[in-house]
Amino acid sequence: MTRISSMTLLAIALSGLFSLGSALAAEAVEGTAKADKLEQCVEPTSVMRRNHFEFIKHQRDLTVHQGIRSSKHSLAGCVDCHARKDSGGKFVPVNAEGQFCDACHDYAAVSLKCFECHSTVPGEK
Amino acid sequence: MSKVDQQGRREFLKKSAATTAVTIAPGVMLHSLVAEAAPRTEPVTDKVRWGMLIDANKCADGCNDCVSACDKENGLDLVDMPEGADESLWERQRPRWIRQVKLKDNLSGKITNLPMMCQHCEKPPCVDVCPTGASFRRADGIVMVDRHICIGCRYCMMACPYKARSFIHAEVAEKLTHTPRGKGCVESCNLCVHRLDNGQTTTACQDACKHQAIVFGDLNDPDSAVSQALKKYPSVAIRDDLKLNPGVRYSNI
Repeated sequence: MTRISSMTLLAIALSGLFSLGSALAAEAVEGTAKADKLEQCVEPTSVMRRNHFEFIKHQRDLTVHQGIRSSKHSLAGCVDCHARKDSGGKFVPVNAEGQFCDACHDYAAVSLKCFECHSTVPGEK
Repeated sequence: MSKVDQQGRREFLKKSAATTAVTIAPGVMLHSLVAEAAPRTEPVTDKVRWGMLIDANKCADGCNDCVSACDKENGLDLVDMPEGADESLWERQRPRWIRQVKLKDNLSGKITNLPMMCQHCEKPPCVDVCPTGASFRRADGIVMVDRHICIGCRYCMMACPYKARSFIHAEVAEKLTHTPRGKGCVESCNLCVHRLDNGQTTTACQDACKHQAIVFGDLNDPDSAVSQALKKYPSVAIRDDLKLNPGVRYSNI
């Protein structure tokens, strides 16, 4: 009897642990990013894949030194469009495991430095 | 909404924005204030020089509305104390763009309060000493740090006579989209540059000051509120002896 009850207790404790784990790693829901509903990015996909870093590097200098914030090539724009939401409607960081930025950079083994400083979820409007 | 519809809306907005600048007489234009609330498309020029006049007489003892508004606007309240740090040290080293300074005249005992931030010098010492060019003065007079280039040497902090700059000692978990922030860079007041670049004409500290101690605007425009106030009231530049020509001026100190 005691053995069975301790087993159930253990099972409850374990399931509690698992549910806690899944709550921490909020799953992003596919189709919740603005980009999921669009045909293409600000440039054709093939161009974006090869040159996105060139675009945002030029943009960063224009923005910081000349104050130009209207260009279509902005990192804030990437994040705004490509961040997905979890089932609770909360944004998942674009550099979280498996998310838009991380998935590709992880595959290509290119370390991503943008988000040491920049916000990883769409900004307050 | 279909793409065609959106195009139509965009054209409409363009036209309506264009018509808000009304010509009264040749060479005289009346601009609506709301019409310019759009992100900047052209590089900043030296036609504008942003500046401030702070009336220390109006600055109330014990009030820190400008500091907390600045903290909130620029995400400084999101910077947590690094783990294991000394709390009193943290209070001295935490990033702050506005410092509250209290002056006491030893002779009369008169107390003066004033907010002290980056003074946006015309000849900024922080720019002189920066080994990488990260510390720079924008064409419109705003002294900023390009954090992409900053190596965190902190020479600028040493050089600044106003003690206006802060250093980010540890990684920052949460940051705002318009104020990126990361470990190992120096930062200071940028006169709410994201607001100005998006067509707004006020700073967070100015908006928060219920005593109207801060007047902000274009120093090059003789009709701006700040130019008018500077013309009307006596004012000083702090450490005028250094001949830095700061964009932030004070009256009644």
